[in-house]
Amino acid sequence: MTETLRHPGYDEEKLQRIAELLPCREVQAGLLLSLMGQPEHLCYPSVFIYGHRASGKSHVLNILMEQLELPHVMVSCVECLSVALLFEQVLQSFFGADAASLLPRGPSLSDFVRIYRQQCSESPTYQTRYIIMEKAEMLRDTEANLLPALLRLQELVEDNVTVIFLSEIVWDKFRPNTGCFEPLLLHFPDYSKGELQQILSKDKHPSYSAEFYSSYVNILLGVFYSVCRDLKELRHLAALNFSKFCEPLEEGKVKESDTHKLWRHIEPHLKKAMQTVYLREVSSHQWEQMQEMDNKDVGAVRGLSAHTHVELPYYSKFLLIAAYLASYNPARTDKRFFLKHHGKIKKPNILKKNEKTSNHLLGPKPFPLDRMLAIFYSVVDSRVAPTASIFSQISSLVTLQLLNQVSHDDQLDAPKYKCAVSMDFICAISRTVNFDIVKYLYDFL
Amino acid sequence: MSTSSVSKGCFVFKPSTKKRKIAGTEDHFTRGCEEKDGSALRYKLCKQLWDQIITDTESLQDHLNKNILDSLLDFTRKCSFTHDNSDWTAQMRASEIPTAALMLGVNVPDHDMTFQSLSELLRRSVTPYVASLQAKECGSLKLLLKRVLERAMGDVVAVDDEDEEEDTPQINKSVQCSLSMLCEWYKSKKSKDASTEINNSHPPVVVIFKDLEAFNPKVLQDFIQICSRYIYQLPLVFVFGIATSPSTIQNMLPHSVSSLLCIELFHSLSCTQQLSTVIDKFILTHKFPFKLSGKVMQVLISIFLYHDFSVRNFIKGVQVALLEHFYAQPLSVLCCEKKVALDILAHLPPKDLQRIRQLPSFKSHIEKLNKQDQVELMTNDASLKEESKKLIQSLHKYHKNYFPVLKCLHALTSTLPRYPLGKQIRELYLICLENSVWENEDYLTAMKLLKMLSKDELAAGMQRCVDILEPEKSKTMRNVLGQLKELVSKIKGLDLCTEMSPPAQDAEPILTSPLKNLQKKKTDLFQLQKTLLEMNESRRAKKLSPFELLRNETVDFFDSLVKTHLSPPESQPLNEVLYYCSSATVRRHLNAAPRTSIQAALSNPYFYLQNENLRTEDGTVSNSAPDICITYKLHLECGRLINLFDWLEAYCTVVPEAEDFGKVDEVRHARFIQAVSELEFLGFIKSTKQKTDHVARLTWGGC
Repeated sequence: MTETLRHPGYDEEKLQRIAELLPCREVQAGLLLSLMGQPEHLCYPSVFIYGHRASGKSHVLNILMEQLELPHVMVSCVECLSVALLFEQVLQSFFGADAASLLPRGPSLSDFVRIYRQQCSESPTYQTRYIIMEKAEMLRDTEANLLPALLRLQELVEDNVTVIFLSEIVWDKFRPNTGCFEPLLLHFPDYSKGELQQILSKDKHPSYSAEFYSSYVNILLGVFYSVCRDLKELRHLAALNFSKFCEPLEEGKVKESDTHKLWRHIEPHLKKAMQTVYLREVSSHQWEQMQEMDNKDVGAVRGLSAHTHVELPYYSKFLLIAAYLASYNPARTDKRFFLKHHGKIKKPNILKKNEKTSNHLLGPKPFPLDRMLAIFYSVVDSRVAPTASIFSQISSLVTLQLLNQVSHDDQLDAPKYKCAVSMDFICAISRTVNFDIVKYLYDFL
Repeated sequence: MSTSSVSKGCFVFKPSTKKRKIAGTEDHFTRGCEEKDGSALRYKLCKQLWDQIITDTESLQDHLNKNILDSLLDFTRKCSFTHDNSDWTAQMRASEIPTAALMLGVNVPDHDMTFQSLSELLRRSVTPYVASLQAKECGSLKLLLKRVLERAMGDVVAVDDEDEEEDTPQINKSVQCSLSMLCEWYKSKKSKDASTEINNSHPPVVVIFKDLEAFNPKVLQDFIQICSRYIYQLPLVFVFGIATSPSTIQNMLPHSVSSLLCIELFHSLSCTQQLSTVIDKFILTHKFPFKLSGKVMQVLISIFLYHDFSVRNFIKGVQVALLEHFYAQPLSVLCCEKKVALDILAHLPPKDLQRIRQLPSFKSHIEKLNKQDQVELMTNDASLKEESKKLIQSLHKYHKNYFPVLKCLHALTSTLPRYPLGKQIRELYLICLENSVWENEDYLTAMKLLKMLSKDELAAGMQRCVDILEPEKSKTMRNVLGQLKELVSKIKGLDLCTEMSPPAQDAEPILTSPLKNLQKKKTDLFQLQKTLLEMNESRRAKKLSPFELLRNETVDFFDSLVKTHLSPPESQPLNEVLYYCSSATVRRHLNAAPRTSIQAALSNPYFYLQNENLRTEDGTVSNSAPDICITYKLHLECGRLINLFDWLEAYCTVVPEAEDFGKVDEVRHARFIQAVSELEFLGFIKSTKQKTDHVARLTWGGC
């Protein structure tokens, strides 16, 4: 270990243990400790910590708080649907359930402050209290006064309390335009490859040696490091594939030290894992089962995106085709495609600026219902009455997310839609009804 | 109810608490029937069949979904056990929420039944905590959590809601819905249960998302993130009901969220398979007395294939037809099992007997008889009863033979190349209902193709027929089965014969010799053609092998079967009793065309009002028509934007009020504005901001 944490006011032994529990995060932990000062010291009102997913933000704080036994509360902002829940959790963990029950229905911020002050004067502590807000980016969507108030909560409640925000995005995206108290910013950088290796090697399998596991981690990182630096995800993948790695060892074919052979054995397997289980094409459970089944029928389990075929009623198919045509063809070309005696419309030599690019690159354009129905009637080969079920099919296509309604919900006001399916999908659909869609697309003339 | 107040204002009239006597369905049925007599009996029969349909479909659905439901149950059971293993892998790997992605197909109306039986089964055998959610009731995360809590905990909590009654006592206030609460509740429940029973101490909490596509992705993501925080304490299992394809999951959830799930796919039976089972159960059987004519079948099937893929709606369609049949056809009293029908026939009132005489099928039946019998039947009730009894019996017998033969024909032809008689039995049935199948061109090609089958194929087809006929009990069918078995054994016997004596080789030299001659000679085109023709002739004339003879015999046998048993139902006397044939009614009920009917009402008010004053010739509207019709007619002549004043003036020239045409007075003005707002309500026009005194047309043709 390079450096040990040292800070007056805390037990040396505890600090030692913390340093062990926080590999590769000693610098950040030390910085935090010196920010926090001794338990009785007044601390800076708010600290903002940011860094990518699984860069150890919550973990560091958790370990610090737990090990040093500081009064604190961890709140996940995703979970706090309303501010009431947030207040309740804070009060409950600082002052007990009785305090939380004092909150009125639909509490406001001032209710919270009032009760906090009242409780605080009844049961004062001299240690700093910490409120840790995980996933703080959710706070941006709450009431406008909440974030500024939390930032200077210390002032409001006149207590030794510090709010620590944990977020994946930078502070600049938080700052309200009315201005507010600026918190201290602290960045947690991503783990480097070496650090990842060091951390992952720590959780070795009990029945194998540390070197063996570390070599496994090395191979794993070699495959996955380019796509995934998420520690949790890597740990998960390591656990899933370890049994396969050990396979030749158990069969007695290879010795532990023969890394090259082991690598040859596991590398294709890991590559496959990257395409399937990492993307959650195949669930972890199925992946484990596949390993048990050996290589015999690995192809038997197909991934999620292998099933793209959607069976639709006959007219729904044509409605979708009509929607696709309406979305990707300019409206002025409808005459050329769907009228019998249209006369040739040549593509004008000088196109307008936005028409030069293919419509497929620009994405679907909204179209009114009438246009879609007009195309539908000319595309479908038999005469169709405009019955209620035709219209209800349109709305069921919307609920299936194959069409999107773009204008407001008012049906009277000529609703507009967008087609939300891909070219491949619509080609597959039109093949089933013997409709050559490419002939009708302006982009492919 | 009235108010004596003179002042203007809004008055609320609460509905009186006195309950009006609600007429039962039976009364409605009886009152509505054109012919009163026998309606009670008809209602009883109809109700019987109706109930039979409902109970049968339920059991059928359960049976169809058995496989997928069983595997889902296994899945949830397995999940509830995997939570407490403590080996290295289990500790290291991230704990994901087990998720079953249930692929149900786009027939959304049918899903309800599946989910209902799924949650019932889960409750019965795996866990009492099942919450099934629909997208429309979970608009926000708060509502979603509330629903989950309510349903999983079985309405134990009176959940806090701002909109609901405020006067609840302050003590149980602010029960905030959060997953931590569910978690607490689950723990307390578990500790309570642990003392009583030990066997399954970790029943999972199952959350079913019935229509995943319709959920707001943001809400779903947040919910999953919250759930994953509690997965260590609370064994959660998700079931996603997916109508389109599994890739929707990836479209809706980013990797950071989908990595919290452990998704397994489950496929349900396709809707077309379900439909064929339903058709097999209700339509292709003599046990269900009520029958649909070809046209009605065609309507129902095309609604299924073209519009919704919904088996439930198909069954609803059959029910509508059933109701209409019993409602409109007085002779439907005879539409029941044979014994009951004969019993009822014996007590048939003379009025109904007269109706029998008027049935077209009966009339054509009579025409075939001799004069004396005709007179006898037309005048003597007793002999008519006797005759009808015979006819009813023969009708039932006809059905008993019809369906096995139909199935046999399908078994034979469904494997032919290019499916001349359809892949599905319903297609074949439609052909057979339409007219005599043996006159159909496709049938002839099918028979030709049958005569070219190889021995194995033919034997396999015949074996299938034997399997179909095996359970039939009627005498005719037993007979047929005997003959068929004989043929099958003959074909099998052929095998042995050929083994003993290899096929005579004499056919071959004859065939090849002209070719050889040809090679020797100098060839010209004419010569070649001639030789080829000769060869053809000789092949035709060539002696048939024993197998070919047998094959022809078999095909002829089937052909005769079809000709005797598959005659169209219209040819059967008294078929009107069992067959419902008004396809227009069914179509009107099931596939309504609101736009067409509104337009019909507006452009031709006579069609609905039946008032002689309104009768007009082609396309014009009389000036005594309702105001809305006149304004509608006038607005058709305008462009996309309509000037209201011009419109009003045109209206005033048409509408007669007192003597003076064409003058705008207050009454006319008011009537006009009312008509215009009615049109706006119906969605024909809307106000526009482009020009102040104009309205915009919304219907097409506005150019």
